[in-house]
Amino acid sequence: MRIALKIWRQDGPADDGRMVDYQLPDVSEDSSFLEMLDLLNEQLIEKGEEPVAFDSDCREGICGMCGVVINGEAHGPERTTTCQLHMRSFADGDEIVIEPWRADPFPVIKDLCVDRTSFDRIIQAGGFISANTGSAPDAHATPVPKEDADRAFMAAECIGCGACVAACPNASAMLFMGSKVTHLGELPQGQPEREARVLQMTAQHDLEGFGGCTNLGECSRACPKGIPLNVISQLNGDYRRAGYGGRD
Amino acid sequence: MATSTAPAPAARKGPPTILLKTVVAASGVFFVLFVLVHMYGNLQILISPEAFDEYAHHLRTFGEPMLPERSFLWVARILLLVSVAAHVWASMSLWRRAGQARRTRYAGKKKTSYGRFYAKAMRWGGLALLAFVVFHILHFTTQTITVAGEYPSPAERVISSFGVWWAVLIYTVAMIFLGMHLLHGIWGAAMTLGLNTSLQRAEQIRFVSIALSTIIVVGFLIPPFAIFSGFIE
Repeated sequence: MRIALKIWRQDGPADDGRMVDYQLPDVSEDSSFLEMLDLLNEQLIEKGEEPVAFDSDCREGICGMCGVVINGEAHGPERTTTCQLHMRSFADGDEIVIEPWRADPFPVIKDLCVDRTSFDRIIQAGGFISANTGSAPDAHATPVPKEDADRAFMAAECIGCGACVAACPNASAMLFMGSKVTHLGELPQGQPEREARVLQMTAQHDLEGFGGCTNLGECSRACPKGIPLNVISQLNGDYRRAGYGGRD
Repeated sequence: MATSTAPAPAARKGPPTILLKTVVAASGVFFVLFVLVHMYGNLQILISPEAFDEYAHHLRTFGEPMLPERSFLWVARILLLVSVAAHVWASMSLWRRAGQARRTRYAGKKKTSYGRFYAKAMRWGGLALLAFVVFHILHFTTQTITVAGEYPSPAERVISSFGVWWAVLIYTVAMIFLGMHLLHGIWGAAMTLGLNTSLQRAEQIRFVSIALSTIIVVGFLIPPFAIFSGFIE
């Protein structure tokens, strides 16, 4: 299949960047989206040009490393990660616009690669539990109700790819944060730090410069793991119960 | 643990984002209660113009003789004014934050987007509603704007105004804006107040937001259309 590409090229963090057109006359529809970019890069290297920088790691949809905005949609037209997207999702002759995640807390490093260290700092602020080291406790030592375990596991599916921020009209990271708060807050192990967690993570989120959620649900629709919007409601509810950061 | 070498971001001033959202949600809930009472008052005109005038008069004498005349009215007006100021201020602060969070826009455009439409309906639509509220107060409360002559009776003012097609049009368009604002606003308020705790609950909130928005829009549009079509004279 014949594909026309419009790709964001940016030499470095200080560069202004621009959209550049490329043509790929012969792409197999069985190739993955990232293989298509690999193909393009091979051609660019042969021509002596700089290849397009993009992130990827596991290429099986579980690590959260890859992610680009394809035709205005985070991770493209299918509900999956960019690495699990295949060219059969496009038609022969399509023009595909590829851009990096756009958010000020995700500065572009080069081309399609963005720096998501802001997510790490949010996790460092409260996305953890304190546990004693030593031998692992018996699995049945702390009973967890089935519904709670299911909900915690659903939220724990978040791979931190950042598609929620990329898709959000406000560049808010509240689906990401809500996932962590729900995941840890639903389990007994997460209770001691529950209030501090939501306050510290939210404070860090604001500090990083992410926007506020307007409950539109674009994040949840873009999430490759299908995390529901209600984790944000849980975040808001926990934040209210923690006293809006007014008491320490 | 890997230590980040990235510089820590500069501190952002202002209240926490979720606190601002809560201000918007709480004032919004107050407006929903207000428009329901307002709508109930408007519908009095279906009984008779006298009943409508009686209701309008009663708002001024509410609580007498315990309260002085118009005191209830002014308490309500001040509460509404403070709520409007808080609602607009918090929304504008969040709007500005959102703008700062994404300074480079996407070149690619999504085919369908619920988000893009409702983001506009809430922000620009909200500002349009604010302009409408100013017009509405100048029209019926202060009577600075007269549509079809001046009348001492509130019912006559309403009936004469809605005999004019463009007045009906302005109010109809405003109610459609209100409906869109409420449709997402009620849902958003429930989300922000932490009520959406399951997929089942999400459906219930969706239903309530659709039902309330529809009731309010239809309830507000019945009097103007009943008057314009000559059902009330």
